[in-house]
Amino acid sequence: MAVLLIAEVQGGELAVDATAKALTAAAQMGEVTILCASEGCAGAAEAAAKLEGVSKVLCADDAAYGHDLAEPLADLIVSLAGDYEHIVAPSTAASKNVMPRVAALLDAMVISEVTAVVDANTFERPIYAGNAIQTVKSGDAKKVATIRTSTFDAAGEGGSASVETIGAAANPGLSEWVEDKVAASDRPELTSAGVVVSGGRGVGSEEDFKLIEGLADKLGAAVGASRAAVDSGYAPNDWQVGQTGKVVAPDLYVAIGISGAIQHLAGMKDSKIIVAINKDEEAPIFQVADYGLVADLFEAVPELTGKL
Amino acid sequence: MKVLVPVKRVIDYNVKVRVKSDGSGVDLANVKMSMNPFDEIAVEEAIRLKEAGKAEEVVAVSIGVKQSQETLRTALAMGADRAILIVAADDVHTDIEPLAVAKILKAVIDEEAPGLVLCGKQAIDNDMNATGQMLAALTGWSQGTFASELDIEGDSATVTREVDGGLQTIKIKMPAIVSVDLRLNEPRYASLPNIMKAKKKPLDEKTAADYGVDTAPRLEIVKTSEPETRKAGEIVGSVDELVAKLKEAGAL
Ligand SMILES: Cc1cc2nc3c(=O)[nH]c(=O)nc-3n(C[C@H](O)[C@H](O)[C@H](O)COP(=O)(O)OP(=O)(O)OC[C@H]3O[C@@H](n4cnc5c(N)ncnc54)[C@H](O)[C@@H]3O)c2cc1C
Ligand SMILES: Nc1ncnc2c1ncn2[C@@H]1O[C@H](COP(=O)(O)O)[C@@H](O)[C@H]1O
Repeated sequence: MAVLLIAEVQGGELAVDATAKALTAAAQMGEVTILCASEGCAGAAEAAAKLEGVSKVLCADDAAYGHDLAEPLADLIVSLAGDYEHIVAPSTAASKNVMPRVAALLDAMVISEVTAVVDANTFERPIYAGNAIQTVKSGDAKKVATIRTSTFDAAGEGGSASVETIGAAANPGLSEWVEDKVAASDRPELTSAGVVVSGGRGVGSEEDFKLIEGLADKLGAAVGASRAAVDSGYAPNDWQVGQTGKVVAPDLYVAIGISGAIQHLAGMKDSKIIVAINKDEEAPIFQVADYGLVADLFEAVPELTGKL
Repeated sequence: MKVLVPVKRVIDYNVKVRVKSDGSGVDLANVKMSMNPFDEIAVEEAIRLKEAGKAEEVVAVSIGVKQSQETLRTALAMGADRAILIVAADDVHTDIEPLAVAKILKAVIDEEAPGLVLCGKQAIDNDMNATGQMLAALTGWSQGTFASELDIEGDSATVTREVDGGLQTIKIKMPAIVSVDLRLNEPRYASLPNIMKAKKKPLDEKTAADYGVDTAPRLEIVKTSEPETRKAGEIVGSVDELVAKLKEAGAL
C-alpha cells in the first residue's frame, strides 16, 4: 500500500524531527513517498530523501506553497492522491489547517492526532483531552490522517531516495499571505525539546516569566506556558501546552505555578519525568508529578536555577 | 451580511469523563453539558460584527440530539437572532462526524446564503479540529483557521492565526469560513432579560434527512479505553532534595 507523507517544511527547510516522527507512523501503513511543497524547497527535499525508509521524494517548489496557505496546498495534494491509499502528515498547525480540507475534497473523514497505528486501517487517537483513547477503523477508500508526533520515535537517517520535481497545481487564489510574527529564539523547539520548563498564572507577570526563562536556559530547555499564562499576556501563544495548544513529551517537564487542569495535562502527561513547583499542596498537578515541591516559586525557582 | 455560527453541545469542560468499563464509550448520562467553549467565542465574534454594523443577522445552527436546543437557546440569549436545530441522533452518545456535519452545514449554506461562517477551532469532546476546514472544502470557500484577530473589509477579511511559530496574518476572500481560537475575544454572559427574550426567538427544527445527508460514520469505533494513568510521585522537602532526586533519576 502506498502512503503519501506531507513533510513539514518551515521557511524552505525540512522540520526534520516532526517529519521523521510522522514517517515512523507512516511506514507502518505502507511504502512511503514524501511530498515537500514550499518555496525553494529543494534543500528540504534532499534532507527528506535521507530519511530511513523513504522510497521517493516529490518536490513542488512554488511560491503558492510558501506560507502554508490551505487552499492551494490542498489542491496539490488532491491532484496527487490517485496514487496513494494513505495521506498523512505530522499534526502541526500547518497540517491541521490543510489535512481536513484534503480529506473532505476526497470525501473521506480525517483521522486527527493518531497516537498508534494498529493496522493500515485502524488507528488510536485521544479524545476528551486525552481522558479516553479511541480505536477507530476507517472505512474510507483513502485514509487521511495527522500523526501526533510526541508518541512516535523519529525515523533515522541513512536513506537515499530519489527526488522528483513536480509542477504546481492551479492556485484557486482565495487567500494571500500578509505577514508572520515569529519570535526568533536560540532555545530548542517546544515539541522536540528534551526538557521543557513551563510557567502558569502563578508566575504573575510577563516580567516574572524571566524566572521561568532563566531556569529553562540553565537546563537547555524549551519554554512552555499554560493557557492562563498566555491569555494573561505573560507568554506568547506558541508556548501554550495543552489540549488546544502543543502536545509535548520531553524527558523532563517542569511545571511552575500551574494548577494542572485537565486541558493542561492533555499536553504534557506523557512526559517521562514531571516536576511540579506550586505553593498549593492540593494542586492537581501533584497527582501526576514524579517530584513535587510545595513552595513559593519566587523563592524556589531562583534557588533551583542557582544550584544547577 | 448574514453570519452562520455552528455550535456544538458537548460535555462541560470542567467535567472529567469516565470511560465505560466495557470499552463501549464514555459515560455521558447525567453529565453536565454546555456549548463548546470555542463556539461561545464564535457566537461572541458574530454578535460583535453585528454590533459594529458589519453583519445584519446572526444564525446559530446545531446538529445532534434534540437537547442541542438548549445550546441554541444559549446562543440566542447571547444575542444570535435565530437558530436552526438539525436533529441527527437520538442517543446522546452518538457523535456526528465532522464530514457529515460539514455536509449538513453546506446544505444550510445553500439555503441561507451567509457571507461568513464562524465556527470553533475544535470540539472539546472529539478533539477533531476539522469541521471548518471540511466545510471550506465542500463550499470551495477560503478558510481562516485558528483566528485570534478578524477584520472584515468589504469582500475580503484579514485574519491573524495562531500557528506553531507564533502568529500569521493572511488575507482571505469573502465568503469565508473562519475557525476561532481562544484569544479572539472573551464571550459575554447572557443576562437574565436576554435569556427570557431568547425563549421567544425563532428556533427551526429539521432533520439530517431533510438535507439528504447520510450521517453514517466513516470511522467505526472499535473500542474506547482508559489512557495509561500516572501515579503521584513523591513530595520533596527542599530544592536541594529536588536536585538530588533529579540527578539520581538521570534527569540532570
Ligand atoms: C476550551 C478550553 C481549552 C483549553 N486549553 C488549554 C490548553 O491547551 N492548555 C492549558 O494549559 N489550559 C487550557 N485551558 C485552560 C485550563 O482549563 C486552565 O484554566 C488553565 O490550564 C489554568 O492555568 P494555570 O494552571 O496557569 O492557572 P491556575 O489554575 O490559576 O493555577 C495557578 C497555580 O499557580 C499556583 N501559584 C500561584 N502563586 C504561586 C507562587 N507564588 N508560587 C507557586 N505557585 C503559585 C497556584 O497555587 C495555582 O495552582 C483550556 C480551557 C478551555 C475551556
Ligand atoms: N454537531 C455539530 N453541530 C454544530 N456545530 C458543530 C458540530 N460539530 C462541529 N461543529 C463546529 O465545528 C467546530 C469544530 O469541531 P470539530 O471539527 O468536531 O473539532 C466546532 O467548534 C463547531 O463550531
